[in-house]
Amino acid sequence: MDSIAFLVFRRMRTPLLALILAHAVAVLGLVLMPGQDSAGNPASMSFFHALYVVSYTATTIGFGEIPEAFTEAQRLWLVFVIYATVVVWFYSLGTLIALLQDKTFQRAMTERRFARRVQRLRTPFYLVCGYGETGGVLVRALTERDQQVVAVDIKEERIQLLRLENLRLYVPGLAADVRRPTHLVEAGLRHPLCAGVAALTNVNETNLKVAIATKLMHPEIKVICRADSHDIEANMASFGTDHIYDPFDIFALYLATAIQAPCLVLLEEWLTGLGGERLKDPIYPPAKGLWILCGYGRFGKAVYRHLVEQGVEVLVVEAEPQRTGTPATAWVQGRGTEAETLEQAKVARAVALLAGTDDDANNLSIIMTARQLNPDLFVVARENHLDNHELFEAVGAQIVMHPSSIVAHRIRVLLATPLLTEFEQYARYQEDTWACELVSRIAALVDEQVPEVWEVRVDEDDALAVWDAALRGNPTTLGNLLQDPRDRDARLPAIALMLARGGDRELLPAGSRRLQRGDRLLFCGNAGARSRMRWTLLNHHALCYVQTGGSAPAGIAWRWLGGRRH
Amino acid sequence: MNPEKVVFGFFIVLAFTLNFGFFVGELDNPAHHNVWELFAVVVVNLIATVLKFGDRTQMGAVLLATSLVAMLQLIAAVLVWAIAVHVTEVGLTPVVTASIVSLAGGAMMANVVSVVLLVVETVMLRR
Repeated sequence: MDSIAFLVFRRMRTPLLALILAHAVAVLGLVLMPGQDSAGNPASMSFFHALYVVSYTATTIGFGEIPEAFTEAQRLWLVFVIYATVVVWFYSLGTLIALLQDKTFQRAMTERRFARRVQRLRTPFYLVCGYGETGGVLVRALTERDQQVVAVDIKEERIQLLRLENLRLYVPGLAADVRRPTHLVEAGLRHPLCAGVAALTNVNETNLKVAIATKLMHPEIKVICRADSHDIEANMASFGTDHIYDPFDIFALYLATAIQAPCLVLLEEWLTGLGGERLKDPIYPPAKGLWILCGYGRFGKAVYRHLVEQGVEVLVVEAEPQRTGTPATAWVQGRGTEAETLEQAKVARAVALLAGTDDDANNLSIIMTARQLNPDLFVVARENHLDNHELFEAVGAQIVMHPSSIVAHRIRVLLATPLLTEFEQYARYQEDTWACELVSRIAALVDEQVPEVWEVRVDEDDALAVWDAALRGNPTTLGNLLQDPRDRDARLPAIALMLARGGDRELLPAGSRRLQRGDRLLFCGNAGARSRMRWTLLNHHALCYVQTGGSAPAGIAWRWLGGRRH
Repeated sequence: MNPEKVVFGFFIVLAFTLNFGFFVGELDNPAHHNVWELFAVVVVNLIATVLKFGDRTQMGAVLLATSLVAMLQLIAAVLVWAIAVHVTEVGLTPVVTASIVSLAGGAMMANVVSVVLLVVETVMLRR
């Protein structure tokens, strides 16, 4: 129930009782005191006048002796009234002000305001637990796409930062411990419009607890977790957490794919880039030669495993091998920041270096030292804190890996365009030449800018015209959608990447494919193509034009006439 | 014995008895209804209302509601009295007295509910 009202009532009970008693006694006494009217006849004060006099006296307003001049007896009583009631008033006001400044009270007020705002949300929203670097990047990316978000973080100052952030939508934020389920409920976990929960704190156990709470309290919604220990990941997967992201595994896989299939990596980067970014150039990590891996922690181990699987020669440099364990192949003890260690690790004949310790200063130092010894090195750097981004740009590493951004990037793609995540998974099974061909097709469509990627669902909201046509047994082909609704002989600058029908997925579907109700399509192309395609999707006339080149009779009368003519 | 319960019960019952005392008598005869008693009823009802603040139970909420109803009725009665005697100076005519007393009678019904609830709660507790 409403805890604030009860908090106020509880605290104000004694002051209010004191106030009532003091007033009652004062009024009673004033009525009892012998008084006299202007003519000198004895006349007691009535209750009404007594209450009036006590009210203005108690609140220190002091109008004087009303309605008649007081007798000495009344004045005597009033001396008592003044001291008793004024003191009680101050006591009551003091208690009320102290209550308003009370930390518990203010906390209750903030929580209540937050809960009410969340309750009032009328669009589907995601609950982001942990507004650190990952959460911050994700919240920004989602709000850029007009996706409502609610954020909770344990640190007050992070939530203050959220308020200062210039976001497109208002994001309700609460500083609270998400390990307590009440706070999750306040943040809208049970809200019918809660579409998913992203547990992104930097503590694995907290993320695990959030995942459990979500699966128990709102089992239908998606749970996305960040984790960087395999133990916790297995635990999360055991009760059906929908998506678990381990930044180190993701990056290691990315690096391995980049060595084997550079086009595929480039394709993924282009399709998942943020709108307005410039297209990235391809990177070619060396597949032959010696890789030096500095740091054999969680990150180092993940990369090591993938590189060794690729058959790359790897040499590990680790400062505390007794803590992290040692690889099966060659390793050198040391931090890698000094030339001696790197020389031991044969830096002169190495082709690539990976600075992967959990200390940014060390990583930068490793890269600078190694570059002096061997300027041709291909450098991969791990950036632990976003604050150091300028330094990592200046040091000139070919790949900079930032764990928080990687997770945020993945989750953004998953939440904004779920089909794209599926597309990436299917694309992994294709040859690199397939990816190269697609990359060159995309490059021809867009002008040095990241292409726009969008989903279309053949339903009444997204594609009314196509839905209607399919209902009337006149199915639209995929090629129709890719025709320009202004000139049907021209093609829109867009590519259909995938067609999802039930459980089936078809990559790069042919233009002759007939669309059915409930189909989902993934397109990429330039931004203009998307808005023109909406015309065809929603407008009967535009659809009719791209299908037949003519325009269908509109209006009941014309349609009837048209029917008679044929 | 819980002293808090004693005080609580005392004020609820006192509010009811005083209210009843003011209410009995001929409806429109000012001599049967004393203004002193009305004053006492208002003060005791105020105290009873404040005592009911901050009780989170369902019973507490209903008790508070009955008290608020009683206060509303009594304040209306007091206003009628103050306006009749001091503002318009009609005095306590039978019409005015009847409306004051009937308002107080309404408050009494709310107090009856209060007392009944108190008894019900006590019986249910059996401690």
